[in-house]
Amino acid sequence: MKATLQIKRGTPDTAPHVETFEVDFEAGQSILDGLRAVRHNADPTLAFRFACINANACKECMMLIDDKIDYACTVKLKEGVTMLAPLPKKALVRDLVTEIAPPNERLHGRG
Amino acid sequence: MHLESDVLVIGAGGAGMYAALEAARAGASVILADRSLIGRGGATVMAQMTVAVALGEQTPDSWEYHLADTLAAGRGLCNESLSAMLCQDGPARIREMDAWKVGWAREGDHIAQIHAPGHDRARCVYVDVLSTGPAVSRTLRTQLNLASGIRRIGDLAIVDIVVRDGRACGAVAVHLSTGETVTLAAKSVIIATGGLTRLYRRNSASFNMGGDGYALALRAGAELIDMEFVQFFPIGHLAPRLVGMDPIMWDPFRYKLGGKLLNGELQEFEEDYATLDARSDGKYVLTRDRATYAISKEVEAGRGSPAGGAWLSFQHVPDAELRRAFGPVIDRLAANGIDLTKQLVEVAPIAHYHMGGVRVDECMQSTIPGLYACGEAIGGANGANRLSGNAITEAFVFGARAGQAAAKNALSASSHWSDAAAAPTVDLLRSAEKRDTPNLAVAVTDLQALMADKVGPFRTEEKLGEAIVEIDRMASELGAAPPSSGMSFDPLLIDWLDLRNMLQVAKAVAVPALARKESRGAHQRDDHPGLEEAWTLNQIITLNGGEIALERASISKKASA
Repeated sequence: MKATLQIKRGTPDTAPHVETFEVDFEAGQSILDGLRAVRHNADPTLAFRFACINANACKECMMLIDDKIDYACTVKLKEGVTMLAPLPKKALVRDLVTEIAPPNERLHGRG
Repeated sequence: MHLESDVLVIGAGGAGMYAALEAARAGASVILADRSLIGRGGATVMAQMTVAVALGEQTPDSWEYHLADTLAAGRGLCNESLSAMLCQDGPARIREMDAWKVGWAREGDHIAQIHAPGHDRARCVYVDVLSTGPAVSRTLRTQLNLASGIRRIGDLAIVDIVVRDGRACGAVAVHLSTGETVTLAAKSVIIATGGLTRLYRRNSASFNMGGDGYALALRAGAELIDMEFVQFFPIGHLAPRLVGMDPIMWDPFRYKLGGKLLNGELQEFEEDYATLDARSDGKYVLTRDRATYAISKEVEAGRGSPAGGAWLSFQHVPDAELRRAFGPVIDRLAANGIDLTKQLVEVAPIAHYHMGGVRVDECMQSTIPGLYACGEAIGGANGANRLSGNAITEAFVFGARAGQAAAKNALSASSHWSDAAAAPTVDLLRSAEKRDTPNLAVAVTDLQALMADKVGPFRTEEKLGEAIVEIDRMASELGAAPPSSGMSFDPLLIDWLDLRNMLQVAKAVAVPALARKESRGAHQRDDHPGLEEAWTLNQIITLNGGEIALERASISKKASA
């Protein structure tokens, strides 16, 4: 099966743009699996956050998936188009990475 | 940017958070840095269930009984002082966590303890079936919030420890979310970066566990010990794709409900491999190392499951009993389209834990003054094979000890910081430039496959030799300067820095594995089966002129605590 990922990319200093990637997948694979496949097969400069890979323990892979806030590790890949974007209410870092740490756990921007 | 503190803790899992709390309690100013978010990355948050500790709540117990089991599991290689410390300090730490409301499961008026494999009695506390790790992380994060004197900084990847005149004096880091170089002066530095399971294709730990701390310690001039001992967990989840679950989740299922292992021909095979094991508790046909062996050999013989492992079946267990034992987990499985009453799942051995690590004294200090280590990052306490349940306990115990000792050192020392000593690493980061490079995400996968195939649970001289040649080739291909794709959170730079560490650590595992011509605990040589008494010794790894150097040391026997 093939999934089409339309990913909103950019940095705070550049205008956001959407790039489209196709990934092969098997039933049950997650959006995070798809993003890792994109880095592996197409574009290693794609940025997204994760630590625990698929246990849904670290809670770092939160993003906007088809306009809903969700975890990339628990939402499954599907045939057809899936739209991915960074969290809307968090400061953008790069591509799908946003500033999600509490302010007192950051290098900058401490209260 | 330049920052200063008395103590720098690298890694904010269970060990690092405990170290930071204890160092601050002793009056030191602390920076707690993690390449990920504080208390989110690493292994602790992934931990599933059991924490071994001789509380004597469920049944009378003593830390000496826990020690006897730890030493037996360690197959003669434990540093007995460290093992004793783990078992002796464990109860105080577990009760402290209880006072901090971690929520250890209770049975009536006492903390519940269950009997896990390898233990002589019911000794393991837990929070619930799948949430022990998250509860532990949450509890420690809360304590960090309440403490004063601890500055927490996430997204900060430490690139090198800075050493001046043979003494650790701080570190150089890259701040991932801005890309800026950060220098950190500290009188004591604590490595709490966990293990190296990311070196393997199939693993139970997080993306961050590429052995960073071992590479940092090596380059700082410190010694590593027992690096050839990587623990594989026999029945890690393999297929179908399962998300939102820890891949070692099948253990309690198998333990409680007696899941059956079947080969690709749907035949049971455990009995064929069963050997008399005096420590078997009767619930498992095979201990972890024998089960890993049995599954690997079935796959090698062409009798693996489709994805390259074994089938695990619960079809003999009635639905009601499954639900009674694992209620909420059954729902999570259903969300993944898995119904255990109707289908089998596939499991395979996965890299789970590293027994080896930084060689430390009883104050958790490495062979470099001012450089400390704790948790999975140290070697010695678990010898050649870790007893189940000891990982979280050691994170607390050694974390606390390292924090205390590092604070004591820092409060009696003056800063040794030197810009000149930091310059090589600052220059390395500055040298990152846009250039064509092979896809390093692919190189990481290649290294994981190499380690799984040639430096996995079953080793031969030929395979290990091939691995070392290939690791050297990959290291020379990686080159001396990192690539950059510019901007913040640069995945190319992160991959390069990770591979630099991973390749160094991969070799630090393969070289002592090649040298150890026997089979013991987690190190199994197909060409040297059986334990050799003459090999009851530790192998020590250092970096000498950029090359891995190997020495032998006799076992540290005497508990002087």
